[in-house]
Amino acid sequence: MASTGEDKRKVKAVKKMKDIMTTYYIEAKTAAQTGRKVAWITSGGPVEPLLAMDVIPVYPENHGAMIGASKMGVDLCEKAEAMGYASDLCSYARSDIACATVNGGPIGGLPRPDMLICGNNICGTVLKWYEVQARYFGCPLFIFDTPFCHTEFNDDMRRYVRRQVDEYTAFLAEACGRPFDFDRMKEVGRLSVEGQRTWQQVLDTAMNRPAPISAFDAFFHLALIVTLRGTQIAVDYYRELLAEMRERAAEGIGSIPNEKYRLLWDNLPVWYRTKWLSEKFASHGACLVADTYTSAWCGSLKYMDENDFLGSMAEGYSRIYLNIGVDEMADTVAAMVDKYGVDGVVLHSNRSCKPYSLGQYDIQRIVEERKGIPSLMIEADMVDERAFSESQIDTRIDAFMEVIRNRKN
Amino acid sequence: MLTAGIDVGSISTKAVLLEDGRFVRGRVAFTGYNAEAAGRRIFEEILQESGLTEDAVGGIIATGYGRKSVSFAGRAVTEILCHAAGARYLDAEIRSVVDIGGQDSKAIVLDADGRVKTFAMNDKCAAGTGRFLEVMARALEVDLDLFGALSLQAENPARISSLCTVFAESEVISLIARGEKRENIIAGIHESIGSRVSAMARRLGMVPPVMMTGGVAKNAGVVQALGKALDLPLRVSPQAQLTGAIGAAFLAARPE
Ligand code: SF4
Repeated sequence: MASTGEDKRKVKAVKKMKDIMTTYYIEAKTAAQTGRKVAWITSGGPVEPLLAMDVIPVYPENHGAMIGASKMGVDLCEKAEAMGYASDLCSYARSDIACATVNGGPIGGLPRPDMLICGNNICGTVLKWYEVQARYFGCPLFIFDTPFCHTEFNDDMRRYVRRQVDEYTAFLAEACGRPFDFDRMKEVGRLSVEGQRTWQQVLDTAMNRPAPISAFDAFFHLALIVTLRGTQIAVDYYRELLAEMRERAAEGIGSIPNEKYRLLWDNLPVWYRTKWLSEKFASHGACLVADTYTSAWCGSLKYMDENDFLGSMAEGYSRIYLNIGVDEMADTVAAMVDKYGVDGVVLHSNRSCKPYSLGQYDIQRIVEERKGIPSLMIEADMVDERAFSESQIDTRIDAFMEVIRNRKN
Repeated sequence: MLTAGIDVGSISTKAVLLEDGRFVRGRVAFTGYNAEAAGRRIFEEILQESGLTEDAVGGIIATGYGRKSVSFAGRAVTEILCHAAGARYLDAEIRSVVDIGGQDSKAIVLDADGRVKTFAMNDKCAAGTGRFLEVMARALEVDLDLFGALSLQAENPARISSLCTVFAESEVISLIARGEKRENIIAGIHESIGSRVSAMARRLGMVPPVMMTGGVAKNAGVVQALGKALDLPLRVSPQAQLTGAIGAAFLAARPE
């Protein structure tokens, strides 16, 4: 009985996703042989113009997540520390900088970049990190500078960022030795918006009770909206996933066997412990039905115009979750609490990611006050396992679930 | 009905027997390296002391870090719930609890009915925990039990500014080298714990009356420093160290 129950819970799309990612990395790693250019780009960076110029985008942060998930983070972080980098530096940066020198990690390192594209809409760390890599690889670096949107995005900001979009297309024309392909760009822009829209619809299926998809599932399925955003592959994949999730919702198949409580996750996943954490919460009948992380890749859809991608991306790429004020972040979380019917919030205070973790105590307080639901702060790091204490986190989760259970009964 | 609470902490293990909610006996022992054996041993001892056998006990709850290794317990409940229940058992008015444990400090706020409303625990760091005091006692070569009395004699508490236990220890060592009085150093250590733990408790918003529970509450110096930092009087029960185990034994009488 139990085994059939688990079989029906398996997401069919998983296999396809693995194939797509394998093909993607093989293509990237053999780019030098096939005569294509490779760009390394930050996770929140403007990838679409790269695709318009047939450049293969590669994401050190996605690679960092793979390093974390394969539990190879500590080794690489220690190596970076031996090179002289502080242990307080983001563990994605540490593992990437170390990995580049030894071609380590689960896939033997990333392909050598022809150029680096750095968007500082996610943090300031990436600036120095990409400068280090530009020096190491001796390749050009383009910095896409998005001002922090404390409360608004005004016309000065729009002009400032919009001008950089033009500089960016000129940079790519120069790096590729041919004019920027504005026609192709239109198509890529349309596909990007379509991909984000479909990804949002996939996440929205978690509004169902039980939720057919959890944040832990989303951490996995996220890979394509990050790495292949702007391609037909991503759109097709998410359409298929959406159909599967809708079907599961119709049949009442939940992501976990016995959903009693619905939680929201804040911050990056703890990549080396996603399984442990999801089983831990599931053992309490708790499903993480929403998270601020995976939704960040479709959170600025409202600013995007698919018919004028280059024009609207100045705002779209500036007003992403990590580049807005704490009040707006709290509003976003509070809205998600309502939308997904959340009973409690779990915040991962992530030693690596300062912009994500800095305002968490305020967000926690605001959401607790406004929504009247409890929240839990757990301290860890997305890649560096040395910052994870199992027994402490175990106790905190047990105690938190006792509180939630007492409240609901 | 007889019920038992077994609180296996990182430093000490506590056991309590209640009969129909009435306190029968409590016991404290060192945990040592084997949490399971420590739980089993203390349970046997307390039964023997009371002239009882295991089948006389109608319900057992384990709590504390080793809660899941107590195989003879009916269920495991976290320290948060047990300290809350224990504090209310000892004093029915209590609305907030602060516990400084061996490797964890916690602040808990209860609603009027005594249910846990919210809680916070220290971050992954020994500063502001019982372990911090142990390290300092070793550096000062003073019996930890004397800390409370000595610190109350301090004229001018020394300032310990490091948040990190290891750095604070070297600060203490340099204070010793400089000839600072022991009483002042100890009082400084207590103030450092007080400010650390109160920061966490304040974030939660303490609702009076507040009780301090756990073994560290026996140390009058910490109680004073923490009360000062919180700007609130702290209630302390003579059975503070047994609070978690009392709460566990109390909850064991109730259906899950
Ligand atoms: S600091 Fe945060 S946003 Fe920046 S690279 Fe690291 S994880 Fe990403």
